[in-house]
Amino acid sequence: MKKYTFTEKKDTRSGFGAGMQVLGQTNPNVVALCADLIGSLKLDAFIKENPERFFQTGIAEANMVGIAAGLTIGGKIPFATTFANFGTGRVYDQIRQSVAYSNKNVKIACSHAGLTLGEDGATHQILEDIGLMKMLPGMTVINPCDFNQTKAATIAVAEYEGPVYLRFGRPVVPVFTPADQKFEIGKAWMVNEGTDVSIFATGHLVWEAIQAGEILAEKGINAEIINIHTIKPLDVEAVLASVKKTGCAVSAEEHQVNGGLGDSIAQVLVQHHYVPLEYVGVNDSFGESGTPAQLMEKYGLNAASIVEKALKAIERKNA
Amino acid sequence: MNIKELEEKSKAYRKKILKYIYNAKAGHTGGSLSIIDILNVLYNKVLNVSPENFNSPEKDIYIQSKGHCVEALYVVLADKGFFPEDDLLTLCQYQSPYIGHPTKKIKGMEQNTGGLGHGLSICCGSALAAKKDQSDVKVYTVLGDGEMAEGSNWEAFMFAAHYKLDNLCAILDYNKLQITAPNADVMGLEPLDKKLEAFGWAVRHVDGNDVESLVNTFDALPFEAGKPSFIIAHTTKGKGVSYMENVLKWHHGVPTAEQYELALADIDG
Repeated sequence: MKKYTFTEKKDTRSGFGAGMQVLGQTNPNVVALCADLIGSLKLDAFIKENPERFFQTGIAEANMVGIAAGLTIGGKIPFATTFANFGTGRVYDQIRQSVAYSNKNVKIACSHAGLTLGEDGATHQILEDIGLMKMLPGMTVINPCDFNQTKAATIAVAEYEGPVYLRFGRPVVPVFTPADQKFEIGKAWMVNEGTDVSIFATGHLVWEAIQAGEILAEKGINAEIINIHTIKPLDVEAVLASVKKTGCAVSAEEHQVNGGLGDSIAQVLVQHHYVPLEYVGVNDSFGESGTPAQLMEKYGLNAASIVEKALKAIERKNA
Repeated sequence: MNIKELEEKSKAYRKKILKYIYNAKAGHTGGSLSIIDILNVLYNKVLNVSPENFNSPEKDIYIQSKGHCVEALYVVLADKGFFPEDDLLTLCQYQSPYIGHPTKKIKGMEQNTGGLGHGLSICCGSALAAKKDQSDVKVYTVLGDGEMAEGSNWEAFMFAAHYKLDNLCAILDYNKLQITAPNADVMGLEPLDKKLEAFGWAVRHVDGNDVESLVNTFDALPFEAGKPSFIIAHTTKGKGVSYMENVLKWHHGVPTAEQYELALADIDG
């Protein structure tokens, strides 16, 4: 049963900007920091309406993360923002020691994650950030799938006490989750119930999974599609309930296969209920220049790849 | 507390640092002896911080960026009543919360530090928050000369001047000796005052092992309205124990029983 409706196309980073605008009006403790990428992060409205609650740090991400940790001491809720590469990999020790280990209420909110950043190429296309962040004890990791979910997630993480990594992207993509949704951290969202294969998708790959589900349906295969927007803490219950029904699974993410969502799911399957799992993700490679669509096709992060992997998972199940 | 009393405190603190490092068979001896006069003056003359007001938003903030000299901080915090001093007999031992670098699990500690180049950025954030809240909170950090090579510090120097954080004071424990070799050989800092002034800070030099000079210097804060203050505190690594002073191995060295007795006698001088 379909639980989604396509409405329009928008970028997830604008969902973040919209969420920040709401927080600007509703939560006086929320402040924002940015390392010279205000426009890319869609922070214009928040800054315009709350100029005293925005701090430009310049292109100095390590300092920005430390500043954010220091701002929490007086009770503020800082959102430290930049591109996902510079907000995670570049400043890992700052996040590890000053935020995660110190259990600071800092939100690392990053745009331009993954290949869909497009033309700028590999330096800017981080595909390791989910792994880096989920390994940190106490860190919550969220990768929403569309504008509405990103907006709702932004609002939700401000209400949650503790360090969070919120990851979103640059391109305009379909909007299909409800505008009025309540975002529950750690609670998977059932997109389409099915019986033959479980497709666990996160971020931009959720819409691709939906397209894959339609192609599979034409082949008489009833795929269950689940949106794992919170990679950590993983909704273990939802994963197990689904695979117990379907008997095989596919993970789909705009990230390295090593250390991503798929590996988190594999841990659950190996420990609690073994079923065949196929991965859709980048296989130990850096990115390159191209349009988002070209890159997603080349690296196998689209509906066609999910279909192929789903058929393989089913074949393994039946072998 | 007058100067004479502060000087006696420094002696007592030095002996305690050695006692707990000797007991633990671990610690950063030379650096803890180098910074102890700075911490003494901070906690007994400068900071508005006590066990009673520690959770108040009105209190001052001290974050030790050179976290490895935690033994000096533990000794001062115990003296100020944040926890029983006997707890330090568990220093660095299995299952003790008194680990080898600062952690918020210990009352009186503001922030987990240890990896270098973190403390100043965090202090900038706290100083900025205090400014925005129009609070009188003052923020202090002690940096090591070795960690001045961390680029994040220089990002923070720019930030603090840009945001005119004159409620922020950074103190450099300039003992001129880091783990490998003299600071000047590893990565020279000079001319440090000119560099920091060019970065927009108000800078003063002080004998960082002389409590009276330290008191007078802290009394002059902020050195210049609208600018963050930087104190270049010239110190001696291993200060107070003649055989440890300026000797590299005491960065991380632990005295033998004989050396420990010798050190105590030396401090009593």
